[in-house]
Amino acid sequence: MSKRKSIDEINEKIRAGKAVVVTAEEVSAMGKAMSPSEVLDRVDVVTTATFGPMCSSGAFINFGHPTPPIRMEKITLNNVPVFGGIAAVDAYIGATEVANPHDTYGGAHVIEDLIAGKDVTLHATAKGTDCYPGTEVRTVINKEKINEFIMFNPRNAYQNYNVAVNTTKKIKYTYMGTLLPGLGNANYSTSGELSPLLNDPELRTIGLGTRIFLGGTTGYVAWNGTQFNTGKPLNNFGIPVGNAATIAVIGDAKAMNPRFIKAAYFEKYGVTMFVGIGIPIPVLDEDLARRVMIRNSQIETNIIDYGSGGFEILGKTNYKSLFSGEINLNGKKIRTAPLSSLKVAKEIAALLREEILGGRFFLTEPVALFPKTTGLNKLEINI
Amino acid sequence: MTHKRFVLTFPPELTSEPITYKLIKDFDIMVNILNADISPGKIGHLVLEMSAPGKVLKSGIEYIKGQNVECVPLEKKIFYQADNCIHCGSCTAVCFSGALTMSRATNEMVFNPEKCVVCELCLKACPLRLFSIDIE
Ligand code: SF4
Ligand code: SF4
Repeated sequence: MSKRKSIDEINEKIRAGKAVVVTAEEVSAMGKAMSPSEVLDRVDVVTTATFGPMCSSGAFINFGHPTPPIRMEKITLNNVPVFGGIAAVDAYIGATEVANPHDTYGGAHVIEDLIAGKDVTLHATAKGTDCYPGTEVRTVINKEKINEFIMFNPRNAYQNYNVAVNTTKKIKYTYMGTLLPGLGNANYSTSGELSPLLNDPELRTIGLGTRIFLGGTTGYVAWNGTQFNTGKPLNNFGIPVGNAATIAVIGDAKAMNPRFIKAAYFEKYGVTMFVGIGIPIPVLDEDLARRVMIRNSQIETNIIDYGSGGFEILGKTNYKSLFSGEINLNGKKIRTAPLSSLKVAKEIAALLREEILGGRFFLTEPVALFPKTTGLNKLEINI
Repeated sequence: MTHKRFVLTFPPELTSEPITYKLIKDFDIMVNILNADISPGKIGHLVLEMSAPGKVLKSGIEYIKGQNVECVPLEKKIFYQADNCIHCGSCTAVCFSGALTMSRATNEMVFNPEKCVVCELCLKACPLRLFSIDIE
């Protein structure tokens, strides 16, 4: 029977200042010369991170009641519509929301402005009820003036993601960035061997309630993410090829840092938000040691044509090639470009390591694990 | 002596005319190639700095245009707000001239204005809209 550690034992070590914490990139490098059992002996925690555009993001906000109270129905913040179909002065700011289809300022910018401590103009209207007689308010808010400001992102940190290319003769502007015609470039968007869900591909340690780094503060995994898909084929290293698992995350937006939450606009696509996420993976046994040792060359993904609209799979590549700046597709060399920031992801992984080493961040046992067999439904058009 | 920068755009079916050689030999213009992206069968770009007395330069430019090659002075300049850059790399996807590249050592985006041909593609490619264009 090989050695095992428990999360309690690791937390004890963190408390005693004796835990060994390394980043996922460091452990991948160590793995070249060490066996999983040696890594298990030496390393307690591996920090992973990503900082990329994640559309399925947003924040709940509670404005507090004015006098007279109002049951806000149509609400805008800096003219961006926010969802008011919940209780009187609660709302949800969706990251991708805009006032007009081609606006470059949207929900993500409102969220970033609020996190940065800036003033934002609130406008709300209501029909007026016996208990909430107010019918309109216009005022300036900021994060000090409001009650809760809770980031809740239904789908973040995709386990793996496609590489986007364009086979057509026209330039295409997509959520995977600008794609030049005739396979002029190939864009990818994960942090490879540093990416959270690629270091624990079966989600043995990441589940409901897992404590994480979110946007510069402590956050939690709230649920499996939407479009959570365990049905993707695995490669020889146990890595799903293509978009697979996701997580829903939650955290106190008031405590976040605009360095790790950035509003963005993709040309002709729309507004989105870069979200910084860091997840510690406890090295509990040899299996997990082997997982965190995964290297860019072992993580594969599909090259997909985003130009023709059919999302045809053209080939496969790995992150070693993608990071090298050039991939090969059926003999043709294509220049690559990232969309997610490896630099900021590395910064998050290093920060999380410091927090753990400093005894300020402890690991959690998931309250519940995520489903093992899920697929995706297609939307049926039936009327 | 006038020094000026130009972007030359070659049609895919360009003749074998040795343009830069002729500029140097026949016109006595000093030519400094700042950037070149030319491959057969594709639209090609060449960024040149040309130095010569004003009149000579003018006739040189006329010669270039006579070869069915576009010749546009590089008066515009690209600026970018480096402080706000998150080094995502999206802009490097469109920069065929190699002015915007990712450094493997630092994982930072590096802007080398010398290589910029002011194609303006990065203006739209940066999700943080950090690029702007200015007339010199
Ligand atoms: S304008 Fe931008 S994309 Fe075009 S060459 Fe200059 S830096 Fe590169
Ligand atoms: S796209 Fe913008 S933010 Fe990203 S690396 Fe280029 S300049 Fe920086």
